[in-house]
Amino acid sequence: MSSTVANLEVKPAGAKRKHADRVLLSVIGYVTLTLLALFCLFPFVLILSSSLTEESSIIQYGFQIFPKAFSTEAYSLLFKYPADMLKAYSVTIFVTVVGTSCGLFLTAMTGYVLSRRDFKWRNHFSFFFFFTTLFSGGLVPWYLMIVNNLHLKDTILVLILPLLMNVFYIIVMKSFMSSIPDAINESAKIDGASDFLIFRKLIVPLSKPALATIGLFIALAYWNDWYNALLFISNSDLMPLQYYLYKMLGNMDGMRKAMMETGVVVNMDLPTESLKMAMTLVATGPVLVAYPFIQKYFVSGLTLGSVKG
Amino acid sequence: MNRHGFWSDVKKYKTLLLMLTPAVIFFLVFAYLPMAGIILAFKQYSYTGGVFGSPWNGLDNFRFFFNSGDAWRVTRNTALYNIAFIVVNNVLQIFAAILLFEAVGKWFRKLAQTAIFLPYFISWVVVGAIAYNLFNYDVGTLNVLLKGLGMTPIDVYNTPSYWPFILVVVSAWKALGYGSIMYLAAITGIDTEMYEAAEIDGANIFQRIMKITVPNLMPTVIILVLLAIGNIFRGDFGMFYNMVGNNGLLFSSTDVIDTFVFRSLTTSNEIGMSAAAGFYQSLLGFGTIIFANYAVRKYDKDRALF
Repeated sequence: MSSTVANLEVKPAGAKRKHADRVLLSVIGYVTLTLLALFCLFPFVLILSSSLTEESSIIQYGFQIFPKAFSTEAYSLLFKYPADMLKAYSVTIFVTVVGTSCGLFLTAMTGYVLSRRDFKWRNHFSFFFFFTTLFSGGLVPWYLMIVNNLHLKDTILVLILPLLMNVFYIIVMKSFMSSIPDAINESAKIDGASDFLIFRKLIVPLSKPALATIGLFIALAYWNDWYNALLFISNSDLMPLQYYLYKMLGNMDGMRKAMMETGVVVNMDLPTESLKMAMTLVATGPVLVAYPFIQKYFVSGLTLGSVKG
Repeated sequence: MNRHGFWSDVKKYKTLLLMLTPAVIFFLVFAYLPMAGIILAFKQYSYTGGVFGSPWNGLDNFRFFFNSGDAWRVTRNTALYNIAFIVVNNVLQIFAAILLFEAVGKWFRKLAQTAIFLPYFISWVVVGAIAYNLFNYDVGTLNVLLKGLGMTPIDVYNTPSYWPFILVVVSAWKALGYGSIMYLAAITGIDTEMYEAAEIDGANIFQRIMKITVPNLMPTVIILVLLAIGNIFRGDFGMFYNMVGNNGLLFSSTDVIDTFVFRSLTTSNEIGMSAAAGFYQSLLGFGTIIFANYAVRKYDKDRALF
C-alpha cells in the first residue's frame, strides 16, 4: 500500500512487465490445459479407433491410434445379433427410469421435511440419516441381509433398491429447500394446505434446478452401476449394461457362447479384440451423447454441494 | 405432561412424519439392520444357523485375519493409495482450476472443462476396458509404442511394482474434472476487490495468484483434504476391482480392504473372517472421520460435518 505512489511513477515499465507476465501465464495455461484435455480425451479416441480396426491388424500390430486397416466388422456383428446387448440395454433403461423417478421423489420429500424449520425433530432425523455415512455394518451383513432375509437375489429390485437414496443427495436437497423463504410455507398453511400439498404444488416447482441436478446424479449412478449386479445377479436376463460389458470383457468364451445362443455360427473367428472395444463404446454411447447437454447440471450440482446447509 | 406433549406433537407433525417414513424405513433396512449383523464378526457362520443362530467363536475371526498377514497388507495399501490420491489429485486439480480461471479465455475455459470432466461420467467397467486396451501384453497400445521405439514390451498385468503408479494416474484422470470444477467455483467466489487492490499495488499476475488466489483457496483445500483423510481407510472398490480384478499376481501392491473383504465373501466364502475385516474397516473409518471432523471443527467451526 505504501508503494502505491512509487508504482504510479514507474507505471510504463511496470505495465510492460505485467503484460509480459500475462502473456507468459496465458502460454502456460493454454499449453497445460490443452495437454490435460488431450490426456482426458485420449483413451476415448483410442477405444474408438481400436473398435474400427480390422481384427487381423490388431493381432499382428496391436491397438493403434491410427488404424492400419479400417473395418466396421465389430459393429456390424454387434448390430447383426443385438439380442443380448438390447436385453442389457432394456434392463439398464428400466432400472434407470424407475430408480431415478422413485429415488428423486423420495429424496426431495425427505429433504423437504428436514428443511422445515418448524419441524421439531428435524435435527434428530437428520442425525439418523447422517450417522449411516459415518458407520456401517460393512459388506458382509448387508450382503447376507439382502440375500437371506430380503430374498432379493436375482430380482430386478436388487438393482434398484440399494441405490434409491443417498444421504449426500438428501442433504443437498435439504440445503437447497432451506433457501426457499419460510413465508411460502406459512401462507400456504394459513390457507389450509397440507404439508404434502405444499411440497407438491409449491416446493417442487421452486426446486426445479436442484431436482434436475440430483436427478441426473441419481440417473448416472444407475446407468453406471455394475456392482449390485456383480454381487446379486446371475440370471443373464437381468444383467444391466455395464455388468454385461464387464462379463464380456473378462470372458471371451462367454461372449462366444452368448453369440452362439443368439444364432451366430461360430466357425469363424470372432473379432474379439475390436468387438470388446466396440461393445465398450456402445455401452457408453448414451452417456457420451448426452454429456454435452447434461454437463452443466453436474457443474451446478458441485457448487450446490459445496454450500453447506 | 411430557407424554401428552409428545403425542400431541406426533399429531401436529403427522403429515411430515408420514412423508419421512419411506426414507426412515429405507435407512433402517439398508443401513441400521446390517449394523446389527456385525455380531457375525464374532461368530462361526453356518448357513443353517444364519446371522443369529450361528455359534459364537470369540475373537477367532479377528485372530485369523490379523495372523494371516493380510490385515497389515490391505490396511497399508488402502491408506497409502488414498494418501497418494489425496496429494496428487488435489495438487493437480488446484493447478488446473487456477489456470482455468486466470490464464485462459472464456471460450477455451468451457472447452477444456468439458474435456477434463468427461472421465467422471463413465463407469469403472469402461475404465477397465481402457486399461486393457493400454496394458494388454500382446496387443496393448503401450507395448505397441514401446516396440515402435525399439524397446522391450512390458508385462503390466504380471508386475506389481507398476501398479501404484498406474492407479494414481487413473485416479487423477477420473477425478480431475470434478475436483477442478469444485475449486474453480471456490476461486470464482473470491472477492474481486482484492484483485483490484493487488492490481493497484502493482502486483503482477503470478504474485496475484500466489498472494491472493492460493491463500483464499486454502480454507476450501483444508476442508476437502481433511474430509478425504476421514475416508482414508475406504478403498474405491470399483476402481481396484475393474483395474486389477482377481489377478492374484498383483495383490501385494493392489489389494485394499474392500477388495479383500469382497473376495473373502464371494470366492473363499470365509464369512466370519470377512465380516471381521469389514468391522475392522468400519471402526477405523469411524475413528478417522471423527478425528477429521474434530480437525475441521477446530479450523473452521461452520464447515464441520457435525
